[in-house]
Amino acid sequence: MADDATRRTVSNIPLLKTHAGPRDRALWPQRLKEEYQALIRFVEQNKAADNDWFRLESNADGTRWSGTCWFVHELLRYEFRVEFDIPVTYPDTAPEVAVPELDGKTAKMFRGGKICLTEHFAPLWARNVPRFGLAHLMALGLAPWLAVEIPDLISKGLVIHKERNSG
Amino acid sequence: MATVEELKLRVRELENELIKCKQKQNAMEDAHNQALNRPKIDKMSAEVVDSNPYSRLMALKRMGIVEDYEKIRTFSVAVVGVGGVGSVTAEMLTRCGIGKLMLFDYDKVELANMNRLFFQPHQAGLSKVEAAEHTLRNINPDVAFETHNYNITTLENFTHFMDRISRGGLEDGMPVDLVLSCVDNFEARMAINTACNELGQIWMESGVSENAVSGHIQLIVPGETACFACAPPLVVAANIDEKTLKREGVCAASLPTTMGVVAGLLVQNVLKYLLRFGTVSYYLGYNAMQDFFPAMTMKANPQCNDRHCRRQQEEYKKKEATQPKVEVVQEEEEVVHEDNEWGIQLVSEVSDSELQAATGARPDLPEGITVAYTIPAQDAAAGDTVEETEQSLEDLMAQMRKL
Ligand SMILES: [Zn+2]
Repeated sequence: MADDATRRTVSNIPLLKTHAGPRDRALWPQRLKEEYQALIRFVEQNKAADNDWFRLESNADGTRWSGTCWFVHELLRYEFRVEFDIPVTYPDTAPEVAVPELDGKTAKMFRGGKICLTEHFAPLWARNVPRFGLAHLMALGLAPWLAVEIPDLISKGLVIHKERNSG
Repeated sequence: MATVEELKLRVRELENELIKCKQKQNAMEDAHNQALNRPKIDKMSAEVVDSNPYSRLMALKRMGIVEDYEKIRTFSVAVVGVGGVGSVTAEMLTRCGIGKLMLFDYDKVELANMNRLFFQPHQAGLSKVEAAEHTLRNINPDVAFETHNYNITTLENFTHFMDRISRGGLEDGMPVDLVLSCVDNFEARMAINTACNELGQIWMESGVSENAVSGHIQLIVPGETACFACAPPLVVAANIDEKTLKREGVCAASLPTTMGVVAGLLVQNVLKYLLRFGTVSYYLGYNAMQDFFPAMTMKANPQCNDRHCRRQQEEYKKKEATQPKVEVVQEEEEVVHEDNEWGIQLVSEVSDSELQAATGARPDLPEGITVAYTIPAQDAAAGDTVEETEQSLEDLMAQMRKL
């Protein structure tokens, strides 16, 4: 599946307990709390390891998530918007993470800017239902994707660093 | 000078204007075609004249293949996913004279889809369901169409989707006769599976592999045959060495041939099921590399994760108990779910611990069909679990924002 570093990172993310999706009115709020707890811990750990790389927040009912992720390449920071919906079949199936601004720039994407995960992700997720949550999705899905795709897109000139004074 | 943001906005404005222009043009074409089009046909006739679009279909009746072909007009079918397989499926059903077609897709037609059948370059930018309805109505005005341009896996849309398949049949308030899954991802398949298990709706699954050289169709009768959640995803082995399969740099390949074959197998099964002729397939695989078609039936798994699947199984058992026994000759291999330690499925670049984790219960499948992965009985990931917290959800959301 992943390299040792990713493995170690993932093993530090707390596992979730509640097997509930957004259609489960009674238990979804509890699952949502666990999602936030795991995400908060993961971000804190990343900060402590000097590897802070994403922020996420959801709408009130926790069905739509958005935020930013960033990637440092040759001392320059590249930032991208991230978004996804929680499917009704969550957590049995993982959400499809999208980085819309990179849509059409890489073949490792489906329409709408949904990132294409490695063949190792689906079995790994399936084996860890319901213990894996959104923090695991970030660590095992988005992080490895960015690590492979962003340097490649930069080298091809498809991603260009935004100058500080351009906005 | 205009900023990038302003230019982006302008591009979006122009895109929207373009879509409006295309829609206007389509409406004009529609009006034009209406003038050219044949009028609706009230009753299918077997008369062989060059103006009768149904004569060759009605010949099936004369030849004794199908008992009552006209019955096709009483059926409604929902097609979920109007891509490479779904669009061709919808066209075949339209040409066969199906009563009603309900189409679901959230995507737009793109030039990148032009290696597939059905859609045309001038339709780029239109929603797939809208473009499809336009073409299909021109082919056969006798079919009733209902289209929904949304993603069925989100909460709101899913509720609407369930409502439409359970009440949007030809007779208002009645369910559709069949739901066909022609989607290209796991989430959407699971969503259809969830809906059909809850409603007791009979449906057919179809799929083409990401390497474009294998595919399958599957008939799912909730409670009776295995649902999509009864076992890990089934795959038709294409006998390609995993190590030589290069995945770097691409997501998925697609071939119009494989998609056309799968759509053909799917609609053939639909016709046989609805019009009651021949043998209906429960699972039929297509291995394009060797031209091999493995077939099987698979019973529902009493330990299925989907509680509605288990409920349907109970109901099916009760129904079976009240019915007189009929001997059924089973020609195909039947699959049983048992803890069958199959050994280890080799995946490139895996460690020993992962190999161990890769070993789980594996259904006993016939040659040529396998599971994408197995789920081990014991916990795969160990570690801390989130602690009980006094914090409310709002507190946690606020804490996350402050980080
Ligand atoms: Zn099941």
